[in-house]
Amino acid sequence: MPESTEFTIDASRRSVFHLNELWRYRELFFFFTWRDIKIKYKQTVLGFLWAILQPLLMMIIFTFFFARALNIPSGNLPYPLYVFSGLLVWNLFSSGLTSAANSMVSNAPIIKKIYFPRLVIPISSILVALFDTLMGFLLFVLLLIFYQQPVFWWAVLVWPFCILIASLATLGLGLWLSALNVKYRDFRYVIPFLVQVLFFLTPVIYPSSLIEAPALQYVLALSPMYAVVELFRYPLTGQVHDTLLVSISLGANAVFLLVGALYFRRTEDFFADFA
Amino acid sequence: MKPILEVAHVGKKYRISHRAGPYLSFRERLLQSLSFDRTEAEDFWALNDVSFSVMPGESIGIIGRNGAGKSTLLKILSKITPPTTGRIVSRGRIASLLEVGTGFHPELTGRENVFLNGSLLGMKRKEIELKFDEIVAFSGVEKFLDTPLKHYSSGMQLRLAFAVAAFLEPEILIIDEVLAVGDAEFQKKCLGKMEDVSKSGRTILFVSHNMAAVENLCSHGMLLKDGRLVEMGRVGDVTRSYQTSFAGVHSQSWVPAKGADGLCFTSIEITLKGEQPTHSLQVQVKLASNRPHAKAFVAFDIVNSMGSPVLQAIPRSAPFIEYRAGEIPLTVTIQLPPLIPDTYSLSAWVGAHHNETYAWERDVVSFEITESPIKGRNFPHSHHNGLLIAHSDIQHG
Repeated sequence: MPESTEFTIDASRRSVFHLNELWRYRELFFFFTWRDIKIKYKQTVLGFLWAILQPLLMMIIFTFFFARALNIPSGNLPYPLYVFSGLLVWNLFSSGLTSAANSMVSNAPIIKKIYFPRLVIPISSILVALFDTLMGFLLFVLLLIFYQQPVFWWAVLVWPFCILIASLATLGLGLWLSALNVKYRDFRYVIPFLVQVLFFLTPVIYPSSLIEAPALQYVLALSPMYAVVELFRYPLTGQVHDTLLVSISLGANAVFLLVGALYFRRTEDFFADFA
Repeated sequence: MKPILEVAHVGKKYRISHRAGPYLSFRERLLQSLSFDRTEAEDFWALNDVSFSVMPGESIGIIGRNGAGKSTLLKILSKITPPTTGRIVSRGRIASLLEVGTGFHPELTGRENVFLNGSLLGMKRKEIELKFDEIVAFSGVEKFLDTPLKHYSSGMQLRLAFAVAAFLEPEILIIDEVLAVGDAEFQKKCLGKMEDVSKSGRTILFVSHNMAAVENLCSHGMLLKDGRLVEMGRVGDVTRSYQTSFAGVHSQSWVPAKGADGLCFTSIEITLKGEQPTHSLQVQVKLASNRPHAKAFVAFDIVNSMGSPVLQAIPRSAPFIEYRAGEIPLTVTIQLPPLIPDTYSLSAWVGAHHNETYAWERDVVSFEITESPIKGRNFPHSHHNGLLIAHSDIQHG
């Protein structure tokens, strides 16, 4: 074996992740992600098309109800594009968060029988959601062409950045909830509710300019996805509603990620005892 | 030469809560932290101050009764759960097989599962690709490689799972009693493979209830009792002291709750005597009655750990116990058939007629058979192949 193999096991608790160990297990990220994608679309007739169909159908529904019936403004963007761009990154967050938060419990049989860095499991489930998002992104590009929407060139920088931030936002909350879920199964019921609430707090289907009370705007900016959704539309609209609010949201994200990772690290050694 | 594995003062404490399930609800946790009453949680040391070291190439059989801490020790060594106290230094890559086929998914094909399982066990993708043909050949499921696992028989799944594990090449291999399943033919093959591993100079830690397999595979033995290491040494010595800890002295007694009316058992004590395949079970019962009764007789049932009835013993099939004040002692010796290793429990019945029961104490005492009825058999027994081993001979060929 080429690696140095001496190691110790003891009762002490470390507060940092073993990054080199994670690197050694890098193939496991691939295998878990690949397994989950494979299983997700196994025995479905439409297969990967579902990744595209879901946001598309949601877009049609929201367009019908909000744009037509309620006359929600969407700035200088056609409403379908407005809502689809929001849903694209939102779905990454919501499905990634839901599956990451439940991932430890659903993989409990493996956790109890074999050692590997536990971090692999929630990260892989977010990678599955990321895969769906990338499929949805292809449809997004088609929609942009269909609506002949002008796009600023720096979109190529902003969009990958947004998807990265969305993944990290999902990871922060996902790690936290997955660790809590192992110990307290109450969180199984909290998660769908939390996702639902955040959906309405984040300007996915309505513009944030719709909310006039400034105090409320600051609260909404604490939503981890606020910055992502706002920034993702930036290359389309050329304007950001409020840079301060976006900065608050990015800051909130960093805090969530830090807290989530710390809590996960502090509890992961004991997952096998609780799961 | 330095030991490949050094275990120093390792202990594992669990908190046992007397009312909660295996996991907490948030509400319970809140209530717990608000109340001052903490008597309901109790500390339990599954493993207590265990120290030993293993030299490269040694293979250790870990034996002990159920609940002795064997599985906890393996879990700690496999890094699945951290120790509460102590420290372990390992100078080699550890792979552990606490279960075969961990992570197998029914929707994936055999081929896909080999890769997933192999990578969970710590193999690199390249390694798996390199050994893939050998793994498949060992498992004998070539034809079904691209069939989803859900269409496999359980035997085929097991073979495939063991085949992956058999091609691991760690310096230290930890094996729980994974071979207690599967058909006899395959079990032999697995034990053969494990012997190869131990002969190739790698270190094996092997937990089993099968003494013959332990003796065959291991150079050293380690006996655990109630979370403590009580003996470590040459394998023959340790397995012998494990067995003598049962033989002759393994007795269990039972005393009923107060307030019975009519003829009833006041104590039942059993002692397992002799050795396989001619064990006998001595049952000493005491009966008493607070009022006169018709003449009675007794019967004993033995069931295995799965609850399947194994046999019934009726020492005298006509009523013979007459009423008398005070206790009536009775000693019954039951000649046991060649039972496979398991934990058996005994029920005692007393009545005046087969449909007139005075007392029936179900599963009140138990005894454990640890040895195979066949000397030198080195593969495990399974309920699926019957509970008794018949004596058989070969006349021709």
